[in-house]
Parts: sequence; C-alpha cells; structure tokens
Amino acid sequence: MKNRKLLSGNKAIAEAVRLSEVNVVSAYPITPQTSIVEYLSEYIARGELNAQFVQAESEFGVMSACIGASSVGARVFTATCSQGLALMHELNYVAAGLRLPIVMAVTNRQLSQPLGMWCDHSDAMGERDSGWMQIYVETCQEAFDTVIQAFKLSESREVLLPTMVCLDGFILSHTSEPVEVLDQEQVRDFLPAYKPDADYHTLLDVKKPLAAGGGCPPAFTMEFDYKKYDAQEKGREMLRKVDEEFGETFGRRYGLVEAYRCEDADAILVAMGTMVGTAKDVADELRSQKGWRVGVLKLRSYRPFPKEEVLKAACGSKAVAVVSRAISYGIGAPVFSDIATAMSNASKKPVLLNCIAGMGGRDVDKKSLAAVFEKAIKAGETGKAENEVEWVGLNRNLVGG
Amino acid sequence: MSKPYWTKENFPITPNIRNPAGSLAFKCGQWRSVRPVIDEKKCTKCGLCVLYCPDDAVVKNEKDVMEIRYDYCKGCGICENECPVKAIKMIVEVQQK
Amino acid sequence: MESTCEEDKVLVAGHRACPGCGAILALKHALNALGKNIIVHLATSCMEVSIMGGGVFPKGEYPLTCPSLHTAFETGGAVVSGMDAGLRALGKRDGVNLVAIGGDGGTADIGIQTLSGAAERGNDFIYICYDNEAYMNTGNQRSGTTMPFAATTTTPIGQLKRGEQHIRGKLRKDMPAIMAAHGIPYIATASIAYPADLVKKVKKAANIHGPRYIHIHCPCAIGWGFPESKTVEMARLAVQTGAWVLFEIEDGKLTVTQKVAQRKPAKDYLQVQKRFKHITDPEIAEIQELVDKKWKELGLA
Repeated sequence: MKNRKLLSGNKAIAEAVRLSEVNVVSAYPITPQTSIVEYLSEYIARGELNAQFVQAESEFGVMSACIGASSVGARVFTATCSQGLALMHELNYVAAGLRLPIVMAVTNRQLSQPLGMWCDHSDAMGERDSGWMQIYVETCQEAFDTVIQAFKLSESREVLLPTMVCLDGFILSHTSEPVEVLDQEQVRDFLPAYKPDADYHTLLDVKKPLAAGGGCPPAFTMEFDYKKYDAQEKGREMLRKVDEEFGETFGRRYGLVEAYRCEDADAILVAMGTMVGTAKDVADELRSQKGWRVGVLKLRSYRPFPKEEVLKAACGSKAVAVVSRAISYGIGAPVFSDIATAMSNASKKPVLLNCIAGMGGRDVDKKSLAAVFEKAIKAGETGKAENEVEWVGLNRNLVGG
Repeated sequence: MSKPYWTKENFPITPNIRNPAGSLAFKCGQWRSVRPVIDEKKCTKCGLCVLYCPDDAVVKNEKDVMEIRYDYCKGCGICENECPVKAIKMIVEVQQK
Repeated sequence: MESTCEEDKVLVAGHRACPGCGAILALKHALNALGKNIIVHLATSCMEVSIMGGGVFPKGEYPLTCPSLHTAFETGGAVVSGMDAGLRALGKRDGVNLVAIGGDGGTADIGIQTLSGAAERGNDFIYICYDNEAYMNTGNQRSGTTMPFAATTTTPIGQLKRGEQHIRGKLRKDMPAIMAAHGIPYIATASIAYPADLVKKVKKAANIHGPRYIHIHCPCAIGWGFPESKTVEMARLAVQTGAWVLFEIEDGKLTVTQKVAQRKPAKDYLQVQKRFKHITDPEIAEIQELVDKKWKELGLA
C-alpha cells in the first residue's frame, strides 16, 4: 500500500533526509531553503529524527560543522542556496578534497547583485568545478528519491565525493505535488548505515591517529586532483547503478538524462530542472499541432557530465537549443559550453543554440519555449544559429538589440 | 632518484597522514649552526631545560642525566638562556668536511 | 613540574617549527597535559604548517600522537562543533576532548565568528589561542592583537604612519573579555614562561564540559625582533611588566593566578624588541597608561 502525500519540494527533501537517518544536520536559514531546515528541526524536536542539529552562525560555519561531523564518521546533511552557497564556497572545495560524502540540497536561487529571491541556477554553477556532484531534479518525487540515491552514491567507496541535489527555488521548493513517501524499513535496506574505515576514509579516531587536511607538495597535488576526477568518472557509472537499483527496488528510475521524443527529432531542447516539464508539454503540442519533430533532453546529472548519453540522444538531430538558467558573463551559459565541449569531437554535430532563460525567476512559459523550438528548427534548416547567445523572454524595449 | 613512497596500488585518496609520531624520523637537528653542551658537574638537574625546550630535544635519560638529543636540537639557545646555574653553553658547530 | 614521559607525549620531537618558537612550546605543554584522547582542529597558522605542512606529508613526519584536521583559517569553532555533534550522534562522545587551536589571527580576526557561534551554542570543546601578536605564518602582518605602535609588515614605520594604530584606549583586542561576555564556564590566559600555571589551567579545563578558552602568550623571535634564545625570557618580561596578565575566569569569577609584586616599567619590555625600536617616549607613556588601565580594570595595584 503506497503512502502518497501532497508534499512541497522542500518537505519532500526533509522527509527523505529523515528516512535516510542522518546523524548530523547543520544549516543556516536562507530563502527559499528555510522550510527544509524548519521541517528537520521539527522532526528532531519531536524525536522523529534521531540527529544532532548544529545551528551554525553562518554558512561557512555550516559547511565547517558538516566537515567536522563527517570526519568523525557521521552521515551529514545540509541545505542552502544563493548567497549561502557562495559563502560556503571555500569549504565546498575542502569537503570535496577531503572526500567527505556530505549531501546538500540547493534550492537554486539567483546570486546578488541584482538582489532577488527567485530561481536561477547561478548559485550551483559557481560550484561546478569544486568536485561536488550535482543532480538537478524536475519533480517533488524526484527530489525525494534523489536525496536517498545521493547518500548511496556519495558514500560508495569508489566515489566518496559530496553531492548537491538541486531543485528550482520556489518553483519546486514551494509547490506541492503527490509524493510516494517510502517506508523506513525499505529505505534502510536500500541505504545501510554509513561505515567509514579509518585506513581509507578521512576518519578521525583516537585509536588510529590521522592527520587530515594538511599541506601537499606540488609533486603530488595533481595526482590527488586526478583521484577526484577519477572518482567523478566512477561516479557516473555509480549513479547509473544506484538509480537502476532504486528502479528495481522502488519502481522509479531517472537515469543520468531523460531523452524525451529525441529519437527522430530535428530539434532538441536541452534543459535542467522544472523547465523540462514545460518543455515536454510544448514539444508534444508542437508535434501534434505543427508536425515539427522536436524532443527534449533533460540533464539530470550535471556533474558528472553525462557525455555519452548526451551524444547518443542529441547528435542525430539537426539542431540543439541549450536553455539555461545561468550565464557565465563573457561567454554564455555554462551548460552550453559543456554540451559544446562534449560534442566537439563528434563526427556528426548539430547546430547549437546558446539560450539564456529564466534568470532571476523570470517565468519560462510555453510561449518562450515554443519560440526557442522555432529558432532551433530554423537553425537546423539553415545550418546556422541566428544569434551567438539567445536571451529568451528578454524585454528588448528596455535594453534594445 | 629516490625511491617512490607509493605505488599506484597503495597511493591514498587524500594527502592524509597515517603515521602518529612519524616526525621522530625527521632529524631537524640538521638546521642548527650552534649546539648546546651541558656541563654535568654544574647541572643541578632542575629540569628547566627540559621544560623550556620547544623541540623536546632535552630529556632526562635513564641514568637521570640531562641529555641533549642532537637529532632534534635546532640550536635556539633557550636552554642556555634559562639555565639558572649557567651549566649549558652554546658552541659553534664544527664544519664537517 | 615533571615533564611528560615518552609514551604519553602528544607532541613529539621532529616538528618543523622555527628554532626558539614560543607557540610550539605552548602546544607542547598544553597538548601533553591534555593527553592522547583528543581530536584537534588546527586553523591555518604557523602551528598547522609546523605540524602538517606540505613537507610533512610525503614521509609522514607527523609530530602528534592524536588525530588532527585542518580545514581552513576561520573554521575552528564550527568544525569542533560539528565533531561534537557527530560524536554525540554516534554515541562516541565520552572520554574525548575536542581541541580547536588557532593563532591570534585565526581566533580574534577571521575566526571570531565561528568561535563566537560555538561558545554561544555551548558546544563541548577547548579552544586554545596561541598569540604571537601578528599573522606570523604569512610573514608578520598585523592582527587584532598587535600592540599599539608595533612595526609589522603591514604597519611599518614611515613619516605618515608609525606602526600599529588600532582603536585608541586599548592595548589589543580583548579576547578573554569577549569570551567572558559569552558566559562560557572557563577562560584563562597563560604564558610559556609560567609552564606550571599553564599546565594547571589546561588540566582544569580538560575536566570541565562546555566551551573552554585558553589564550597563551607566545613571543615570536623572528616577528618581534629579538634573539631566539630569549623567547621564554620575553614572555616572562611581558608578565613582569604587566603587558600580559595571567588570570582565569571560572563561571564568571576572575582570579589573577600570577601576582606581580613590583611591576617593571613597560619600557623594559618594549625596548628589547626590534618591532618597537622606533618608539618615542610619548608612545611608551601611552602604552604604560594602557597597561596601568588594564591592571586597574582587573582590580590590581
């Protein structure tokens, strides 16, 4: 008998963390992550989650506390976004470098300036080089499922890297959808307790004294960097495996990407997060109403980047429009650069469109995405993208061009 | 070329050090240019030199005598400065050929 | 005072601290007094580099017999809070003291936020600040505890500016007072020239629960400009001139633990350090006034 509840994205995350039986939570409130932290505080206060909560005094305190707790062997969770994630930046690299399997929910929100509370992916993009794995979820159910998968992925011996579960701020964090809340026993079977080993992990134990986080001379740094790189390469395979196992156990699997109607597509739209759902609807409408052969490629795993799946799904089409909620000033969207890199040596390459949409929470509606598909179809026919960078839904009355 | 510390089979995943008290193999005494010499006749075994040595280079040995562990003595001269009976003298290290 | 026997030592020989380093001497006493059942966090600092810097790693020439972690410069209080929570959650908390060690920079300046948070929350840890009155690890730049008029590389002596100029009326950022304002159960100041006093305080702190703060004065020969053989003598002179006072605050009650019957003039302490070689009589008088003021505040003659 499935236990289905109407949960917001944040509540779904909190429920999954509770069922993952974390030992320590440390967090600092920041809109729109706040309710995750509040739910977890309630569970702990009511004895529903047997964990210690460190009310850190800022986000760098949060990540420091998470590192401290993880290094003594605890299963650790935190959540943040935007300014908070930026404030943790230094420590994010430390956590990844110490190979600590911390899981963090990021309710993607724009970075100041301009100041705002609304959704875009700028915050997590700033951490993409850190060594943290990043998984972008589309639904509240996926948010719930992915937290549980993330612990298993991060804690696996071959990987041992922290993971960010990214969900669109407000759009997903604060909207409610039906979520099957799994049973504690089921989750415990799928995700056993975290058992680090003092001879391999960064584990501080008075019985086996270890010095962690000290200096490393140039003769060895690149090799340790390579180990992290290799761990993410293995993480790609491990995520496939964990997701597959999740699918077999619970009946839901997500993959590293979801290729929606891409097999015969002339134009494919690549997106992450909730925008994918809208894009799928638009694709269906365009197919039935205009007969255009269009598809949607959802990137779920962003780090590690699912190169194989992307090439397989997208190289066959004539044009690929990458729609991102982030920009790297001076060039274009980071996700676009990654897709272009993945395709750089492919024998058959579609025309690529670099589209920026939804910055600062701007609504990415069906009309905007239909316009993107239209541009992509045209680019596929002409063999050229109309613009270097396409700003979707921009008010040209204010900025011209 | 010196022997590598690791092979690819045992290279760790982080530069964590699993060697408590491993520094005892590091002869930092090579840094010094002056060395302390204790005059056992003057020494009252007060133990202040042991207490004040930042490098743990002065110890009271099994024979109950204050001994300088020259492997670790960096020649700072705190022991000479603190000795209440002037039983310690810093002498210039002889240049080894 | 008996020194620790070999098997019980927490800090052993072969570390990479400078010859005559006051800070490592402070840690020798403090850590050996605490014993091996400790987990240490080292903030980025001289001591972190001396204990686990890049040169230590390849051959594992690690001078501690307890586990330690370095994360970053400002994180001490928060990391030990996380360790506290983690061990507690795993049912492994008992019998282990968590020790956060930082220099004056990592404590009073960049690290004050995390230390304050940890103290305010009442996490269970000992914080040891070793104070050499500047950012010595990066080559002697001023910190919040640098004394007025002291020359450092960022407060050099020139026609327009003469050394450290922080807010008037204070000798240094008063960390013990700041920690006392948090209401923590135990605060102490100590000096490497008074090892018995230092060890007594550390051992007392070891048996108290909650946040405990020990601030140890550690002269730096290289930074302050005096012969490295005089490190302990300099620490003693600081106490004898009143520039450094040894006290403890237990549950809010302050006790001076090293009385100085006849205080030497501050000039005696200042004129033997190159960082004060430029100092004028009015500047010395100002420092004397600040020392006197501190003594009066502490209820001493």
